[in-house]
Amino acid sequence: MDQGNKDHAALAERFNEDEPRVNWHDETLWWVRAKRDKAAHTLPEWEQLREAASQIKNNVLSNLSEYLLQFEEKAKANGVVVHWAADAKDHNEIVYALLQQNGISRIVKSKSMLTEECHLNDYLQQQGIEVIDTDLGERIVQLANEPPSHIVLPCIHKKKEEIGELFHEHLGTPAGNADPKFLANAARLNLREKFLTRRAAMTGVNFAVAETGEFVVCTNEGNADMGAHLADVHIACMGIEKIVPQRNHLSVFLRLLARSATGQPVTTYSSHFKKPRKGQQMHIVLVDNGRSVQLGRADFRNSLKCIRCGACMNTCPVYRRSGGHSYHTAIAGPIGSILAPNLDMRKYADLPFASTLCGSCSNVCPVKIDIHDQLYKWRQVLVKEGYAPAAKKIAMQGMTFTLSNPGVYQFAGKAGRWIMDKIPFIVNNKLNPWYKQREMPEPPKQSFGEWYKKNRKDNL
Amino acid sequence: MNSREKILSAVKNNQPAQNILPELQSFLKPDTKVLEKYINVLTAIGGLAHVVNSYAEIDNIIGQEYKEAQRIISLSKELPMPGRAEKYADPHELETVDLAIINAQFGVAENAAVWVTDDMLPQRVLPFITQQLAVIIKRTDIVPTMHYAYERIGNADYGFGVFIAGPSKTADIEQSLVLGAHGPKTMRVFIL
Repeated sequence: MDQGNKDHAALAERFNEDEPRVNWHDETLWWVRAKRDKAAHTLPEWEQLREAASQIKNNVLSNLSEYLLQFEEKAKANGVVVHWAADAKDHNEIVYALLQQNGISRIVKSKSMLTEECHLNDYLQQQGIEVIDTDLGERIVQLANEPPSHIVLPCIHKKKEEIGELFHEHLGTPAGNADPKFLANAARLNLREKFLTRRAAMTGVNFAVAETGEFVVCTNEGNADMGAHLADVHIACMGIEKIVPQRNHLSVFLRLLARSATGQPVTTYSSHFKKPRKGQQMHIVLVDNGRSVQLGRADFRNSLKCIRCGACMNTCPVYRRSGGHSYHTAIAGPIGSILAPNLDMRKYADLPFASTLCGSCSNVCPVKIDIHDQLYKWRQVLVKEGYAPAAKKIAMQGMTFTLSNPGVYQFAGKAGRWIMDKIPFIVNNKLNPWYKQREMPEPPKQSFGEWYKKNRKDNL
Repeated sequence: MNSREKILSAVKNNQPAQNILPELQSFLKPDTKVLEKYINVLTAIGGLAHVVNSYAEIDNIIGQEYKEAQRIISLSKELPMPGRAEKYADPHELETVDLAIINAQFGVAENAAVWVTDDMLPQRVLPFITQQLAVIIKRTDIVPTMHYAYERIGNADYGFGVFIAGPSKTADIEQSLVLGAHGPKTMRVFIL
């Protein structure tokens, strides 16, 4: 999908062209958010759980190098091969080398946002490797040649009719059939053949336990397990921040993850992979790709606590009305907007501004990341480092001048009200960004200052 | 410097000051209504629950409910089926299983999950590849929450362990819930 070099505002504008669809997208995600609330409210200890999760993750960050070494040692003792990748390129090359060593050119892959972040599919396809995404939502966007628009609900932007058309074209389902049950079953039959014939399976990792060397993968569809338990080679890729210290800490995270994500009490499958099965190879690739740098940024390091539940996206008024693709990065929404500038400040300078700073994201975050504070702090860093667009800079300077000079401020207010009243076409046009997708408000007759002056005298 | 050393030294340099781990004991709150809760949650997530008093009863229900099933694998000694699981060297041999009847170590009331480890399975893929799944647990083996679940698992050494909560499902197409994504289309739990 061509997104060119457009920024969030420009891409959101494209998404906003179809108003009924925007409303549908907005309502669907809000419905998921409401399910999350319902699930959270059934647990009186919900806030204590969030606090415990936050504290465990803080402890992980402060001992990460030790936990990584412990995890490596235990995993090796379990018969798992551990690889280290400094960046995306390293990660992709390690995966490719493993496939080459085993003479494998076709693989199945369950959901892994890390492999999206590393653009693994593109890389492998260039090397002649066929990658089949097996999560239904991911398979749909893969057939549409698009990236996922949401980390938990990859094709939340697609209508069932569009999916029906894609399946008609690629899986040979009857034209015009858009019944979700029918389409899901068609995908089940199609992907079953892939699970049974592919010799390597890739999965992501939700949690990795330092104490035992095991890792946990959560799915509802069972696709990670179908892939991994049938394949000769299982390759699991994880960001280094996925570590938890002890096995019993999983209780806290598994209670929070699915409830925060979709409102389910737990995902259908929480699979604990500790040792390869007899005759199987199991590999873990530990990926840094900027995480150690983020760890060094005191204001932003706790973004690494994220467990990828997607709750911040579902609740975000900007995400819901601009769509995941407008963030032009693997992880969209509020959390993605604080992770992405760490990787490339210039490319993602627009993202921390794609927020109203309402704070809803921070309120639903199961590990208590101060997401909206970090968005605000990123804005300051980006402006200081010279990544703010020139127009925004000039506008801000103009605002500073106006707001710090009472005379200018009063004149500007008066002029604005007069224009909106007498010659509204000056502001009601395409050149005014505030007029896009909205009507301008009725101008008040007077400013508060004017009203106060008048009424104060009358009252005395 | 190789990637491993590079990552470890960067992490070590950048990791913040010590933060203490929280205690989790306070989350262990006993609950007397675990059976009722387990059944309610399982039903809500699309599973089927049967409280039974004997294996004969289970056998009866299986005979009634899975008339279409051609290939049944039972891991329960008390429920011998024609295709009783022996050893399967290759997990692909399980491709055509219609119904798998397995034992689980325990159930979790808050989310209706059952805990199964690979020593209880002929192949890890069995509870996923089967078209329908039936699980037997004892009613005395239902714990209230995941905190109790991990207390119970302790430091057990398994190769693979899984919490299974309901049939496999997807809501990826317009958030419409469909049971039977890639794994079983149904999950029936017999509580003995």
